Amino acid sequence: MLDDADRRLLRYWQAEPTLSQGELAERAGMTTGRAVRRIARMQELGIVRGVGAVIDWAALGYAVEVSLRITLDKTQGNAFDAFMAEARKVPEVIELQTFLGRVDVRLSIIARDMAHYQQIYRASILTLPHISEIEALMHVARIKTSAGLPL
Amino acid sequence: MDETDRRLLKALVRDAGQSTGVLGKRLGLSQPATWRRIKRLEEAGAIRGRQLRLDAEKLGFGVTVFLGVKLALRGRVSLDDFERAVTAIPEVQTVEHVLGLYDYRLRVVARDLPDFERVLRRRIMTLPGAGEVEANVLLSEERLAGPL
Repeated sequence: MLDDADRRLLRYWQAEPTLSQGELAERAGMTTGRAVRRIARMQELGIVRGVGAVIDWAALGYAVEVSLRITLDKTQGNAFDAFMAEARKVPEVIELQTFLGRVDVRLSIIARDMAHYQQIYRASILTLPHISEIEALMHVARIKTSAGLPL
Repeated sequence: MDETDRRLLKALVRDAGQSTGVLGKRLGLSQPATWRRIKRLEEAGAIRGRQLRLDAEKLGFGVTVFLGVKLALRGRVSLDDFERAVTAIPEVQTVEHVLGLYDYRLRVVARDLPDFERVLRRRIMTLPGAGEVEANVLLSEERLAGPL
């Protein structure tokens, strides 16, 4: 479906998402017209979804990030749906993932400081339905971020 | 940061590709005012960067796995060596240093499960200092707007 020229475009674009289509074309060694057509096609196919800004929560005063790994009580028929629906309502939850493995769900939570985290944990997390176990991983540093796909 | 900044940030997270003119119109701002606000948010560090969003599955990467990695010999292994080696693996998308049950959390993409097994055996298990590894296969993922 994709050829080497498409992949080349995506590689450069991934590395520098702010490049204009003209600059992208130049790096990938093709005319702007050709690049624009290829990019439009990949957007139509849903391969390229768009470019989004990434927020630095620490810069906005959210110094604490905690990853909560949660096991749900699967004897409850609607445990997943009920849990997810309630978790989505917690404003400090920035990521929600479901897994096949030892962990069922993972939530990324941000907080201003440890006291704030403690407050969110008690008031908004422990009250979520059908939790059977919670493990917390506290975020220390990002070593590699959003490197993209190995195209 | 005021309410307009928050709405602007939210809009940029969804789509940073739109022109400042279009963006401003939606927020009731002039094009130059929108541009100035974005500039200010960038300078304040509120925007860490921009990310190209691709459909991994359509590009042939059908499997995403999160790995919790524990270092084997605490104190004797160099964190720098581990971090340098793990960062160089193309299939590893993100590396986070964490505190808790594991030392590092990795996000790994692969074409399918056999491909993932290859990455795990040849690249991850052979990392300097890698000890216990726990794998969880990603089924679904949602990014939420957060407290904006």
